[in-house]
Amino acid sequence: MSKSELAFVRHEILPEQAPPVTEAGIVKWLRDNLFPGPVNTVLTLVAIYFLFKLLSGAMPWFWNGVWTASSLSECREILDGATGGCFSVLTERWNQLLFGFKYPSEAYWRPTLAFALLLVSIAPVLFSKLPRKLLILTLLYPFIAFWLIWGGTILTPLMILLGFAAGYVAFHRTEAKGFGTAALFGVAVTVLVWWLGSYISAAAPNVVALTPVPSRDMGGFMLNMILGTVCVSLSLPFGILLALGRQSDMPIIKWICVIFIEFIRGVPLITLLFVANVVLAYFLPPGTSFDLILRVIIMITMFASAYIAEVVRGGLAALPRGQYEAANSLGLDYAQSMRLIILPQALKISIPGIVNVAVGLFKDTTLVSVISMFDLVGMIRGPILASTEWNGIYWELWGFAVVLFFIVCYSISQYSQWLERQLQRDHR
Amino acid sequence: MSSPSASRAESFKLSQLFNDTRYRSYTFQFIALLLLIMLFAYLGSNLAQNLRDAGLNISYQFLGEPAGYDINQRLIEYDSQSTHMRASVVGVLNTLLVAILGCILATVIGVVVGVLRLSQNWLIRKIMAVYVEIFRNVPVLIWILIILSVFTAILPQPRDFRGENPDASMLWDAFAFTGRGFYFPKPIFEVGSGIVITTFIASIIGIFVYRAYARKQLYEAGRLLPIFWPSVGLFFVPVIVMFFIMGQPIVMEYPSLQGFNFQGGIFARNSFISLWFALSIYTAAFIAENVRAGILAVSKGQTEAAASLGLRPGRIMNLVVLPQALRIIIPPLISQYLNLTKNSSLAIAVGYMDVTGTLGGITLNQTGRAIESVLLLMLFYLAISLAISAVMNVYNNAVKLKER
Repeated sequence: MSKSELAFVRHEILPEQAPPVTEAGIVKWLRDNLFPGPVNTVLTLVAIYFLFKLLSGAMPWFWNGVWTASSLSECREILDGATGGCFSVLTERWNQLLFGFKYPSEAYWRPTLAFALLLVSIAPVLFSKLPRKLLILTLLYPFIAFWLIWGGTILTPLMILLGFAAGYVAFHRTEAKGFGTAALFGVAVTVLVWWLGSYISAAAPNVVALTPVPSRDMGGFMLNMILGTVCVSLSLPFGILLALGRQSDMPIIKWICVIFIEFIRGVPLITLLFVANVVLAYFLPPGTSFDLILRVIIMITMFASAYIAEVVRGGLAALPRGQYEAANSLGLDYAQSMRLIILPQALKISIPGIVNVAVGLFKDTTLVSVISMFDLVGMIRGPILASTEWNGIYWELWGFAVVLFFIVCYSISQYSQWLERQLQRDHR
Repeated sequence: MSSPSASRAESFKLSQLFNDTRYRSYTFQFIALLLLIMLFAYLGSNLAQNLRDAGLNISYQFLGEPAGYDINQRLIEYDSQSTHMRASVVGVLNTLLVAILGCILATVIGVVVGVLRLSQNWLIRKIMAVYVEIFRNVPVLIWILIILSVFTAILPQPRDFRGENPDASMLWDAFAFTGRGFYFPKPIFEVGSGIVITTFIASIIGIFVYRAYARKQLYEAGRLLPIFWPSVGLFFVPVIVMFFIMGQPIVMEYPSLQGFNFQGGIFARNSFISLWFALSIYTAAFIAENVRAGILAVSKGQTEAAASLGLRPGRIMNLVVLPQALRIIIPPLISQYLNLTKNSSLAIAVGYMDVTGTLGGITLNQTGRAIESVLLLMLFYLAISLAISAVMNVYNNAVKLKER
């Protein structure tokens, strides 16, 4: 049998062929992801149609946008019947949207600088890889920001800072005598220094002073930022204390915390703002009147601490019992075991929840517009929409508000997801 | 062992109150209680002093006085001569109305979006993700105001419906969507309609009874009874038969254009519609995330195991995936309902007269009874949220994994 009897023998390997066009590249992707079946094909086509309608409506509106008119009627004249947004309301009212309508315009650099410093000083808290020395700036930031935004002599925040520092030193010196005694002593020293400091700053109101700005002049997006940052940072310690109280073995303390938390969580924030607006004054000593923004800060802080307490409680409950028992078996007392063993772990677990509360709280700061404070929403609804120049303009202003809040809240929630991934890696 | 403790008990020192763990918790609680009582006494004395200075007192008599203001959207009879109490009740009903309708719409949208976020279709998945992120990250107050402006600006005014060749027309001659609000047909119940409604309720109960019977047959006798068609039949047939026997006692009153406005039918103001819609789509974004998380939490092995047992896809969903997913979805879902109810207090921003608008708004401003009104308002919301948490606890106990 010779080779020639076989009809065909291949001697060389065939070159590789490209996969069928339906099984590779963009066609396969399209088939898998956009047109996998009749139902999905219809869905895709409908979605594309609506996207097209949306974009074809919105794009000319952006392109033809007018940025330089000084009123709505002038803007309409420029557009002359064509579709287009009057973005000039944003350029003309830019400062009002950001700072409110009463903040002195020559002092706009102060809140702007405070905002920039906020970003710098919060960075080492958010990203643990940054140099730890930046944390000093974080500690000093509240006092710098207070001085920048509210103005007045630098002695006021300096004395408050001095009080905290003296209190810390006193606490540190007496810590060997037990946590409770040392804490009491530290608080006493702090209050003493504040009391002395109030005389000093009252005696010299012009030392390195900025023009003072009263709280009621704060407004615009700045007010949202102030309320958000102040209330979140104040509510963290209170929330942790409430959570510890709720987990406590002492029935009276536990019930005080439970009732407080459940009461606050059961009512809408708006009723608490009503309390700040009209009720709180009845419960203060006659003759005292402190301004609305401070009362609102107190109520929002109470609100936020109740929510943070629940998040932290979740973290505390998620820790295995062994951690508590291990801390006890080392002979640590309650304060030590919480500070050194329990809270560091529990807080780490509850960071995503805390960030969620922070985002929710920041969104809720818009509610102050209901009690006639002029935050971003209040500015848009009040002075801007009511003005003769811009009466009747909606999309541009609300779109601006949506964009501002979206940027802040979306970046915070993305950060929280990133952090969650980082922490997961640690546990592996 | 007994002698040292006995001797220590004899020589009780004051410092033991702080340093001895046996007494320390009592000391702390006593101090806390004392501080709390002092705080309340301080606030109370301030309150008494302030009220005396202002010539006021705490009294709820204003609830019985005529309110003197009108409420344009109401579920029960009310006029400006009615009492503040009745105005508050109107507000409470309005709150409950928008909360319940909002929860229903939010659940529907949320479940659909949550399922679509897991769809095979890339475009749909992305659009749903964009929807969820945009709505979750912008305050609900802004959404309420935006939707109110959109409705007012885009929808036609009632006058546009007039004339031979109008700019706008009604949907099936029954629904009119205007910038002032939506008009729906209104059912009018005449004599005999009670029997029709009773029949309807009875047939729904009948469906449940039949399904229980079918299940019992399946488990005890092993007979598989048809479920779907008998249920549909029970749902429709008796009520339609009864409807015609009683001589069609339920008729629809359609809205119709008279002069410059619509008459008849149900009129839902755009304040209500925009609040309802905004709350629903805002909350739906959160519900969608819960639904997605719940479905993803059921491991793929469960579906595969069920398939290898020979279950059909529908049954896999009903008997294996959903029971496990619902256990995860429902608790956060209920707390979203609670959030929606609390957010409905933002009605005051668009002028929908819910309980915050009547009791906490106009009544408070007219009578100046700030403390009493705000307290009642808080108690109302507190009662609702405690009721909802009670329901949630009952549910959680019912679905808790029963361990040995």
